Amino acid sequence: MKEIVVISGKGGTGKTSLSASLSYVAANEVVMADCDVDAADLHLILKPENQYSEDFYSGFKAEINPEYCQSCGACFSVCRFEAILRKDDRYEVKYLDCEGCGYCQHVCLAEAINLREQKVGLCHIADARFGCKLVHAELGIGADNSGKLVAKVKRDANRVAKENSKDYILVDGSPGIGCPVISSLSGAAYAVLVTEPSLSGLEDLKRVWELSARFRIACGCVINKADVNPEITAMIKDILVEKDIELLSEIPYDEDFPRAITKGLCLMELDQAKWEPYIKQIWEKIR
Amino acid sequence: MRIAIASGKGGTGKTTLAVNLALYAAQTSNALLMDLDVEEPNSSLFVKGALISETPAYRMAPVWDKPACLLCGECASICMFNAILKLGDMIMVLPELCHACHACSELCPVGALPMQQRPLGIMRLFRKDALLFLESKLEIGVEQATPLIKQSLDYVNNELPATDYQFIDCPPGTSCSMIHATKTADYVILVTEPTPFGLHDLRLAVETMRQLDKPIGVVVNRIGIGNEDVFTYCREEGIEVIGTIINSREFAELYSRAELMFTYNEVFRHTLDEILRRIRGIR
Repeated sequence: MKEIVVISGKGGTGKTSLSASLSYVAANEVVMADCDVDAADLHLILKPENQYSEDFYSGFKAEINPEYCQSCGACFSVCRFEAILRKDDRYEVKYLDCEGCGYCQHVCLAEAINLREQKVGLCHIADARFGCKLVHAELGIGADNSGKLVAKVKRDANRVAKENSKDYILVDGSPGIGCPVISSLSGAAYAVLVTEPSLSGLEDLKRVWELSARFRIACGCVINKADVNPEITAMIKDILVEKDIELLSEIPYDEDFPRAITKGLCLMELDQAKWEPYIKQIWEKIR
Repeated sequence: MRIAIASGKGGTGKTTLAVNLALYAAQTSNALLMDLDVEEPNSSLFVKGALISETPAYRMAPVWDKPACLLCGECASICMFNAILKLGDMIMVLPELCHACHACSELCPVGALPMQQRPLGIMRLFRKDALLFLESKLEIGVEQATPLIKQSLDYVNNELPATDYQFIDCPPGTSCSMIHATKTADYVILVTEPTPFGLHDLRLAVETMRQLDKPIGVVVNRIGIGNEDVFTYCREEGIEVIGTIINSREFAELYSRAELMFTYNEVFRHTLDEILRRIRGIR
């Protein structure tokens, strides 16, 4: 089984549009995994019917029982996250700041502090419109375990792929280079880096490539909106040669991207004749 | 007055709005811009300021002092993040998983896990005319962005002079790093685009800001693509649309070269004036 991750560093370069179209041409061979759990949008195109949904618990938050609290302030003085609020001589946990380390619980002599495991999201296994399976998730507001939820989505996708004898898992990743991206890269065989020819896109491409290279993951690159700045497109191509990154496709600026999203379609459905050569070419190179 | 520029969806124009707003405001007031999109900071490409100082940022993680250790295993059982493992007669620290709570280090009966600095990233301070600009960049391979975001805010609060405006270019999404970048703001501008993706992620961002009890305004970028649903949503939710930016190839090209839109486009200057006027009204 081969796991292929679509990432970009910079947001808004077309990751999800391309992932949706790839799932259209490869529907018989892939299980899709939406690992942009912060801002998951793939389901808006794939319109999945959830077959199985599961709460996802991860991490803890401290709770102070005011009946037992002796107001000694020990919790307040050890917390490194400023997550304990002092109100007169009462103490409360600031929910969004608590990282669940439990230090406060260890120093509370009155045993007034409990750690409660948190439901941080929902994970779904679904039948997507094009005939493939989609594993996707919803992260709760302000939850700080997105890396773990990404790992869970990928684990489920692997299981579903095995059960259904699919050879590929295609992961729609998140922007950035932090914990959800690192989590989506772990175990991947190939990373598709979607970029655009802007100085920002170029900077971000370099950083996300460096991260992928640390995991020794082979990379290919799609240059989207390639004609917006031919000069920077040329600079990107130089970098691809230098870093030994495969050029998968150059796609011109085209408002079919927002047009397809607005209609809830993938590019292939909007204009198959125009988009098939691009999408098929990418799929043949990465599969 | 601290204004955070955020969004649920990536690539909607946070950086474009943040740099233009900050440099435009700096023509008439003292202003500070912070780039707290620490995983992929891009504002510096647009600001092109003169470097004043560089401050390395560190995070703390324990290191094992083998001779001092009694191998009681207390540290491994305390750590909620599986960052410490006891393997036979060895204690193994996995610094990537460490949240720097200090519990293992301070609760160790013999002090065998002293905390040590590890690289987290770098904070660079620039000046461009009346604008102070702080860029915070995360070291590649570091998983947690929030410690750098918190340190950057502390640095601004403690080390830099007060300014009329402080603008923050935030990371995308709605998880912990976005929350920490917005939580000290007096006002949050959510930038979106008028497509179903933009709307879906805007809803998440609005819910997040409501939990933080932040006053918000929405800027809709790339008007002309998509549909009216974002405006309908804002109207129904009573959220003010404080500005719109037209979809144009010209803007895309200016952005690609990291050039400022307000210097070329009068309509956009009016948009910025209007946004600044609304912000002043919040005070």
